Amino acid sequence: MTPVNWLLQGGQEILGILLAPLLMGWVGIWRAWLQNRRAPSLMQPYRQLFKLFHKEVVLAETASPLLRVTPYLLFGCMGLTASLIPMVITDLPLAGAVDVIALVGLLSLARVFLALAAMDVGTAFGSLGARREMLVSFLAEPALLMVFFTIASLNASTSLRFMVTGFAARGFYLYPSLAFAGVAFLMVLLAENGRIPVDNPETHLELTMIHEAMILEYSGRHLALIEWASALKLLIYFSLGFALFLPFGLTDSQQGWGILGALILFLLKLTVMGAGLAVLETVSAKQRLFRVPEYLGTAFLLAVLAILLHYLLGS
Amino acid sequence: MTLLPLDLVGLILTGWGGLGLLGLVLPARLGRSLLFPLITGLSVLMAGAGLWALQGGAQTLVLPIGLPGMPFHLRLDVLSAFFLTLLGLAGSGISAYATGYFRRMAETQAGDFQRLTLLYAFFLASMGMVLVADDAYFFMVAWEGMALSSYFLVTTDHEIPAIREAGFLYLLMAHLGAIALLLCFGLLQSGAGGDYAFATLRHHSLSSFWSSVTFFLALIGFGAKAGLLPLHSWLPEAHPAAPSPVSALMSGIMLKMALYGLLRVLFDLLGQPLWWWGALLVGLGSLTALYGVLFAAVQSDIKRLLAWSSVENMGLILSGLGLTLLFHGAGQETVAALALAAVLYHALNHAFFKGLLFLGAGSVLHATAERNMAKLGGLIRVMPWAAGLSLVGILSLAGLPPFNGFVSEWLLLQAYLLRPDLPQPWLNMVLPLGAAVLALVGALAGFAMVKFYGIIFLGQARGLVPGEVHDIGFWERFGMGWMALGCVLLGLFPSSVILQLDTVTHALVGQGLGASAARHGWLWVTPVAASRASYSPLILFAVILVSVGLTFLGVRRFFHGRWRRAPAWDCGYPFQTARMQDSADGFGQPIKQIFESFFGLSREIPSPFDPHPHYHSEVRDPLWALCYLPLVRGVARLVKVVGGLQQGRISTYLLFSFTTLLALLALVTGTRP
Repeated sequence: MTPVNWLLQGGQEILGILLAPLLMGWVGIWRAWLQNRRAPSLMQPYRQLFKLFHKEVVLAETASPLLRVTPYLLFGCMGLTASLIPMVITDLPLAGAVDVIALVGLLSLARVFLALAAMDVGTAFGSLGARREMLVSFLAEPALLMVFFTIASLNASTSLRFMVTGFAARGFYLYPSLAFAGVAFLMVLLAENGRIPVDNPETHLELTMIHEAMILEYSGRHLALIEWASALKLLIYFSLGFALFLPFGLTDSQQGWGILGALILFLLKLTVMGAGLAVLETVSAKQRLFRVPEYLGTAFLLAVLAILLHYLLGS
Repeated sequence: MTLLPLDLVGLILTGWGGLGLLGLVLPARLGRSLLFPLITGLSVLMAGAGLWALQGGAQTLVLPIGLPGMPFHLRLDVLSAFFLTLLGLAGSGISAYATGYFRRMAETQAGDFQRLTLLYAFFLASMGMVLVADDAYFFMVAWEGMALSSYFLVTTDHEIPAIREAGFLYLLMAHLGAIALLLCFGLLQSGAGGDYAFATLRHHSLSSFWSSVTFFLALIGFGAKAGLLPLHSWLPEAHPAAPSPVSALMSGIMLKMALYGLLRVLFDLLGQPLWWWGALLVGLGSLTALYGVLFAAVQSDIKRLLAWSSVENMGLILSGLGLTLLFHGAGQETVAALALAAVLYHALNHAFFKGLLFLGAGSVLHATAERNMAKLGGLIRVMPWAAGLSLVGILSLAGLPPFNGFVSEWLLLQAYLLRPDLPQPWLNMVLPLGAAVLALVGALAGFAMVKFYGIIFLGQARGLVPGEVHDIGFWERFGMGWMALGCVLLGLFPSSVILQLDTVTHALVGQGLGASAARHGWLWVTPVAASRASYSPLILFAVILVSVGLTFLGVRRFFHGRWRRAPAWDCGYPFQTARMQDSADGFGQPIKQIFESFFGLSREIPSPFDPHPHYHSEVRDPLWALCYLPLVRGVARLVKVVGGLQQGRISTYLLFSFTTLLALLALVTGTRP
């Protein structure tokens, strides 16, 4: 691995961090358009973050150091995860240290800290949010793992790099198991990012909150970091989806102009899929909380079916 | 004469026994401050001896004690050495902790403490003896010694009826298991002829039917100790009943003795396995893991939650063992070695993190005298040491990188994912379901651990007066710190650990993992090939630190660090009490709701208008009603029938004697040629 690779990996992390609020803004604009509202500016998320960073942090009297560490830990983990996914180039130097299982573990580490910090202050809504978040995750996480296992079995590797290049090497081919895995992945994406059938990112009704209930006690720069980290998480899931299901255009660090092309293609995918997410959210309704296990159970079963299908058909 | 590892192990075992006896005569206060540190020192020495013996070679020793003509055979091979290392490493942390933990008991209940010292030391020594036993007779003596000493330790607080009941159930299950083991060794001996030494038993010539029967007996005997479904029911009762360091010993170490026994009988004594043994173990193990973690998630007693989680972890370990058997039987030694390494690694990890968490639970119990999670809360502010060290434990148990629980689960998943090529095509298809169960169990363990830590250590105190709660002392910190350090180091240096396991996998399945796993240096784990899977926890840990540090520095550099305290916001709701937080039952409620039909659940939910609401919810183990109660009813019916014979009149008894005599006479005359 050359210094160029490290530079590219670092560049990808910064790209992910800078791009994430833009994606949020883009999805927000589309939601507004589809709901016949006037859309905020594309730069609105940045302005909000900037405002929050300048505000003073107000800590609850009962908060322990855990609450103060969590925003940094969450943001750090999400930024790191973003740098591990082949968004533009595939031969990232750190990719060997963290395979998909460890990647899921890393996301889960961030989530466990967020849930623990939510219980830290000891308010009714904090523990409610933590409980619901863990409820969503204990079904979504295995579903995500099974999606990865299907693709890992197809490419005989759990390393993201080889999972992506494996497809590229074989050219275009329709895998039936991938169809199931793709649907399951989409369902997990919606659930894990607090999107509409499971949670509403714009909710102001306390009783239906999941993610928002966990972060009620944060303010100032802590809140900014958490909001930014959730935006990053959405970007991470998008780029994971692109890398696994739409891997065309990805390149390696050897090709100078290829990188630029891959970058443009990546932005194009984000543009299209971001709008797609808004459409999907607009046409579906939020479910009752106790329908969520059914929804996620379906995702899990689809993912398991995908891997069984793979072993049955050998493809 | 040169000192060999086996001599050293023998000396340590004798030392433990001697210290125990000394504890009976020394005054309690002196015994605590002198003997427990010595026990700890011997444990460290035991870990060293184990590591030394792990380098290869087996030694045997025949001790001229035991029955006439049946001396005790001792043998130290790499398999025993691995488990002796585990015993020493985890035992030293737990014993150091016990030095501080029993302070109050040594001062107020001197007599009880003296007995406890004896039993504690004997418990450690008998586990060591199980590991070096090389004949069935000595093995059973050590095994029963282990069961009995732990039974008496469980019933330390025998004034409480529930603890007596738990102890009785434990004793009963231990003896049912022991009967199965006796029959298992008996069958092996009948197939071999000669004495009961393991060397003889290895050369048995059992048909496949009888070796299957032997397998089943071993599965029942050791499975009863390991908490395999449906023989698990004693575990969540007995482990929480014991004093916390003893719970840590039982969950962390004693359960692994069952794994050792299974490995010894299945791989060493019984020889070539049949394919369906492995399949059965994978199924039973996965089921046990799922069952255990679901029950762990709905418990509201601190130690019972941990005990159920031990059931889960033993399930994972046994499913991995089944995988090893399956691939070993099919001659695919690479995958077998991978699965076996995962099993051994997870056994070691479980000893550390479960030991640590039981010690943490013990500290909470010691400080608050409260086992019900619904009455705890906010302890991170008054017990920062216990809370900080327990955090390492829950992160490890939840299987999060870069801690140790993740590494072994990762290895096990890799074993599931290596494209299997078994002769039974349907098994190849079903095996990924095992990976699915593993993923689900891991995620549920995360749920249970967030509940455990969040309810006990975080939030506001529910009813306790914070001033009365004290943090842990020096010895407790030392013991828990040792275990936490183990969790971190085992998580950060997996390839070094796998290299140490190499001799064991070589001995059992004929192939090692070290050569391929550590091919790319000590930083990386690559179980098969780098293109297949690789993981480097140290690099991951470093980049997490760098990433988090840069975030912190960046925010401070570009913005500011101002902050102030204010009352919690909670959506502006003005009246907040500690009772508005989730209780343990509340946190587990989603699991109860989703799996309602699966739990034997009885609930009383108050109406919202009830001025004196009463809430009651009880989760029962459905297997208890399904397996155990019919058994109890059957025995009761049998007793009733037999009881009918007991009339209490002498003429009836004379009639019985007369008819027996007649029957015997008829038998004797009938069989005479």
